[in-house]
Amino acid sequence: MFAARSVPRSLFAARPLVQPRAALFRRAYATEQKKIAEFKGKKNAAGNYTVTFIEGDGIGPEISKSVRAIFAAAKAPIEWESVDVTPILKDGRTAIPDKAITSVKKNLVALKGPLATPIGKGHVSLNLTLRRTFNLFANVRPCRSIAGYKTAYDDVNTILIRENTEGEYSGIEHIVVEGVVQSIKLITREASERVLRFAFQHAESIGRKKVRAVHKATIMKMSDGLFLSTAREVSKEFPHIEFDAELLDNACLKMTTNPNLYSDILLVMPNLYGDILSDLCAGLIGGLGLTPSGNIGDECSIFEAVHGSAPDIAGKDLANPTALLLSSVMMLQHMGLSSHGEKIQKAIFATLAEGKYLTMDLGGKATNTDFTKAVISRL
Amino acid sequence: MATVASDLVGPTKYGGKYTVTLIPGDGIGAEVTESVKTIFKHENVPVEWDQVDVTGVVTGNVHSEDLYRQSVASLKRNKVGLKGILYTPVERSGHQSFNVALRQELDIYASVVLIKNMPGYITRHSGVDMCIIRENTEGEYSGLEHQSVPGVVESLKIITKMKSERISKFAFSFATANQRKKVTCIHKANIMKLADGLFRSTFMEVAKDYPQLEVNDLIVDNASMQAVSRPQQFDVLVMPNLYGSILSNIGAALVGGPGIVPGCNMGREYAIFEPGCRHVGLDIKGQDQANPTALILSATMLLRHLGLDGHATRISQAVYDVVSEGKVRTRDMGGNSTTHQFTDAVLHKMEQI
Repeated sequence: MFAARSVPRSLFAARPLVQPRAALFRRAYATEQKKIAEFKGKKNAAGNYTVTFIEGDGIGPEISKSVRAIFAAAKAPIEWESVDVTPILKDGRTAIPDKAITSVKKNLVALKGPLATPIGKGHVSLNLTLRRTFNLFANVRPCRSIAGYKTAYDDVNTILIRENTEGEYSGIEHIVVEGVVQSIKLITREASERVLRFAFQHAESIGRKKVRAVHKATIMKMSDGLFLSTAREVSKEFPHIEFDAELLDNACLKMTTNPNLYSDILLVMPNLYGDILSDLCAGLIGGLGLTPSGNIGDECSIFEAVHGSAPDIAGKDLANPTALLLSSVMMLQHMGLSSHGEKIQKAIFATLAEGKYLTMDLGGKATNTDFTKAVISRL
Repeated sequence: MATVASDLVGPTKYGGKYTVTLIPGDGIGAEVTESVKTIFKHENVPVEWDQVDVTGVVTGNVHSEDLYRQSVASLKRNKVGLKGILYTPVERSGHQSFNVALRQELDIYASVVLIKNMPGYITRHSGVDMCIIRENTEGEYSGLEHQSVPGVVESLKIITKMKSERISKFAFSFATANQRKKVTCIHKANIMKLADGLFRSTFMEVAKDYPQLEVNDLIVDNASMQAVSRPQQFDVLVMPNLYGSILSNIGAALVGGPGIVPGCNMGREYAIFEPGCRHVGLDIKGQDQANPTALILSATMLLRHLGLDGHATRISQAVYDVVSEGKVRTRDMGGNSTTHQFTDAVLHKMEQI
């Protein structure tokens, strides 16, 4: 399960504090070797990567069409493989159809539109099922202000990584006696170490010089304390990246007061705090319709739009495809196709900044098709 | 601020004066309490302070536990207190936060934080007027944690029907007494189906007794997102412990920071008034920079609790006037006045009212 951590920790402990240049170089090479969640997909005969496409429900198919059109126009070397993830019951548990699982496991990367969560008791959400099936341990949530869409905040540029497998979302709960419930928050060194190491590596790869762990170890001394002490240990492997820690209260306060304080920092935190703060950041720039998200696993990664499926406007060509488009850009970067990603992202931001082809949710009158055409014209 | 009369056993007056426990707290505590003391003296408020200098800062002083016990005894005697924030060290196992211990020991179960734009002080958001009611004694702050095997820690969040019902009732009575319209329950019942599920379902049950109030519920991540984009939609919010900490910090940031947000903690027998957004302010300690507004306004809530409305109104009016004039503001509000200068301005203003 934790295969990515292939280098034993004792190797780091043995390293002298001051190293000669050559040793530093070797170490950098070693880091490359054990890079967590590296994309290992291969191109097919036609020189393209195949990506699993979970189009989703409601407005999902429309915004997926927009992504396909823009990718085709940008000549991104991607072939899509559409799969359906309508849940099935397997031995009384919610499961994803085998065909979808096989496809993601083969392609190692997927793009996903919004899924309608079936309402009903005891139903595990599909998103959670996907996370568990593919062991997606980290959620990456960047938020950048969109020129052309004015909110109370300007120049927001945050990036947050959330532990995705344990913490408050362990799902371990029980009724002690009638009217008394215990819910267990589970923090393990292994899961903390993995997400923290990924956070530092991600900071390196996107060029952020600071990593900050957000915690509440004043109150949860052992659980958040473990997360924090693990963070301090992992940070020693990345001496060129500045590390510090911040209390959750303070992070909420400062993020809401002045998000610009975080524009050169990568934040990493346990599950619940990440859930709350990432949505808070999305709120700063105008909501979930404008923010991408990536779920990173050891083997496979799934990039998705985190907004709802908006059944009320489905099929009317009114939906805003921005979130799914920006997620697809993150996907390209993950796959090492940064130049294509950059090109598409520029076109999206330029179209939004111009403000002529904004969809309804951004106060414009354009249809999804108009917006898509405008983006294509700027490629 | 109106509270539930039946819930309170009022403090008694001796020799024409109330005795109130004063815990200045760590960080900026000493400076801002000095401001309150000066103002109370100037206003000739019939309050005598019973000061206990508890501290959470590790000084190697073995008496810190004794001082804590002393503060509990004082509060039990006086039934009402004014308090700054006590520092909680991260690296000290077995040491529970004194702030949390105090609330648990005296069963001060409801924290009330009032978040409202101050007239004349412009922030990113306007028209914010919400009240956060937070369960103070259980939930994530239970302090029950253990290490099953090395590297695997379990932390217990406890939610009980009794305490969920009690805080929900408090929220609804508060809303009714203060002419509020809507009560929103904040939870994460989609994930913590049993724990937050119990909180939510208890809230909904209690809601049936208050048909005149609008009721809804919101998941905590969505609530945080809404709070920074459309905070005007919120009225009274009720929630378990941790979410209260998160939302009161977001809320404070919307209207200008921890320096201006007052709050109180209520139990059946005891009431402690303290800044609503609990920041120690160790970084600006002793620099005469702190904004005493939050503690002064908390102190006026204390006066209303004692039935001294006249004094409360004069003091709070003076504070609001000084802020809205904008000539004397502390650094957190974009000015460069000191704590003392701000206090003097309030005193000066009070003479004109």
